[in-house]
Amino acid sequence: MLAALTQLLIFQLAGEVIARGLDLPVPGPVLGMLLLFIALLLRDGPDHELQTTSQNLLQHLSLLFVPAGTGVMLHMHRIADEWPALLVSLLFSTLATLVVTGLVMKLCQRPAKTDGETA
Amino acid sequence: MTPRLNEIWVYLAASPLLGLTVTLLAYQAAFWLYRRSGSHPLANPVLIAVSILVLLLTLTGTSYQTYFSGAQFVHFLLGPATVALAIPLYTQFRRVRAMLLPVVAGLLAGSLTAILSAVAIGRLLGASLPTQLSLAPKSVTTPIAMGIAERIGGIPSLTAVLVIVTGIIGAVGARYVFDAMKLRDPAIRGFAIGIASHGIGTARAFQVNEQSGAFAALAMGLNGALTALLLPFIAPWLGAV
Repeated sequence: MLAALTQLLIFQLAGEVIARGLDLPVPGPVLGMLLLFIALLLRDGPDHELQTTSQNLLQHLSLLFVPAGTGVMLHMHRIADEWPALLVSLLFSTLATLVVTGLVMKLCQRPAKTDGETA
Repeated sequence: MTPRLNEIWVYLAASPLLGLTVTLLAYQAAFWLYRRSGSHPLANPVLIAVSILVLLLTLTGTSYQTYFSGAQFVHFLLGPATVALAIPLYTQFRRVRAMLLPVVAGLLAGSLTAILSAVAIGRLLGASLPTQLSLAPKSVTTPIAMGIAERIGGIPSLTAVLVIVTGIIGAVGARYVFDAMKLRDPAIRGFAIGIASHGIGTARAFQVNEQSGAFAALAMGLNGALTALLLPFIAPWLGAV
């Protein structure tokens, strides 16, 4: 587990250094993910340890958002003033994004599929 | 409180131990409820855990800064967890390559819809400009969104909250939206969740289906990168119009 966690941190660090060094707008961890993905392609997949450690980490991905979410406390005033605009915007924009993304992908995929597909 | 208890509280309130422990406890209670509900999307663990914590901190008069000095250890793991998303991505790589056209088209359409519709609705309903700019990156994962907000003149910590709420809306609503659309392909469902609601949607997708989870992770990464590239160019225009 330790070796796997170290690997993840090294890739994050590399991503951070490259993003800042080259002044890229992409955040370090995302670049780190991309670098690790390329490394996995080159060495034919993750070893067992990296596989299990990542699985454990990702299994509780939701937990990692809790501290930032609790920051809602800091914005009670602004939220009290602007909550109708915020709520409606978040609600409709998120649902619209789901619909548009799903629809566009479905339409782009159709020509490749046979017509016999039913649910 | 007796003086002795008071002393202990003063010590604990100032140490990171309490914030960290309470975060883990609140999350486990939330996750237990989520499982008890049969993984019902409305019983979202992030939503429940955050509600418990806000209530607890408000009742004990603890500031967010004090709480975060402990909770930051959990927050920090977002970085390595983002990197770890490369593994499910690799596992699903064949399927992704076969779906290159829908993936690219879905990414572009979804990313622009997420940004423009959020800002447009916010503006229409009279949100202030800093609030509108804080809304713009709401569909990408927290660390990226906060970085973008800072760059374009939004309020990073407000963005963090909007991102979480977006994640919860997506995680809760996706199933109903897709079922209504008769959209069944787990790859497309996952990808759309990842575009619209980043890591929280991805977490939900992993809980439902491994392939959905991998596509959500891919979408989240791509949308994070694309939004980070696009918004600094779109933002001045959003502020001007």
